[in-house]
Amino acid sequence: MSDKILNIALADDDEDDRMLFNEAIDEIAIRTKLSLFNHGQELMDYLTLPNIVLPNLIFLDLNMPIKNGQQCLLEIRSNPRLKDLCVAIYSTSSSEKDIEETFLNGANIYVNKPNNFSKLREVVEKVLQLNWQYHTSNLNKETFLFRI
Amino acid sequence: MTLFVKYDFDLVYKTLLKEQLEALDIAYSFGSLGEIHIEGKLSKDKLDMLTASLKRYGIEILSKQNVTLIERIKNAIDDYLQNKELRSEKLSSYLSDKLHYSYAHLSTAFSENTYNSIENYMILKKVDLVKELMCNTSLTLTEIAFRLDYSSVAHLSGQFKKTTGLTPSLFLRIMKKKQQL
Repeated sequence: MSDKILNIALADDDEDDRMLFNEAIDEIAIRTKLSLFNHGQELMDYLTLPNIVLPNLIFLDLNMPIKNGQQCLLEIRSNPRLKDLCVAIYSTSSSEKDIEETFLNGANIYVNKPNNFSKLREVVEKVLQLNWQYHTSNLNKETFLFRI
Repeated sequence: MTLFVKYDFDLVYKTLLKEQLEALDIAYSFGSLGEIHIEGKLSKDKLDMLTASLKRYGIEILSKQNVTLIERIKNAIDDYLQNKELRSEKLSSYLSDKLHYSYAHLSTAFSENTYNSIENYMILKKVDLVKELMCNTSLTLTEIAFRLDYSSVAHLSGQFKKTTGLTPSLFLRIMKKKQQL
């Protein structure tokens, strides 16, 4: 097995969702280090600190207080140091409008929050595999758009 | 006294290579980690100078034989997808003929290192190619399907939707809008 560790960040205001996500990621074979944030502003404050190791993958909930997912996404894409980060939107919304808007704002992956744990594990694993492939293979990042 | 440092490996790697390549006036671009694309051919002299300058930092230029098996599998799959003639052979026999290992060995090594099967990787790469052709050429889906050996447009659309979660038309609409931003 590869010994690389994937750094992952999740911003979600729902405590239960954060906890379940943490458990799901623990059960996956890919080695990860997860950082959790309670809302968008907390995530952005962290990302803009100097000298941090940037995450390889960020999961963003759309509806959060203080700063929502779309705002974070726009800020990430307009910051030269952050603009190449892989961003997965993690939301209960499955409206076509939300989906299209997030892709236009620069999201790479759109994930609908699953309603049971085994499905969650499956979905998170799929996202990590995709992200892994995009990190280690010669795939076109310009067209890195997936909906899971 | 003792100082503790932490560093960003990727940044160190890129900065260092950038300095050395630019010093020798070599045009290049970064591929995936550990892979550098050189524009045109490198003269023997320049290659020797580059090898020597990188050696000081413990960076070694790998010869073809040393490139890891996984990279060789990925490169072989790229060739396979680019050349219609190669695809007269099945992927499994093509890979084992080309790399001189049994397919079972290749398949296990690949899954252990990439968390993904060779078949899945091939599909991901194939869909990536479809995306590229859709965005950068005026080929129709029918032509793309023919070029990549899909039995029909429906098959192509089905695989596209299954892999990316998006229909080809929604994908294209988003990409067009993105380019206008």
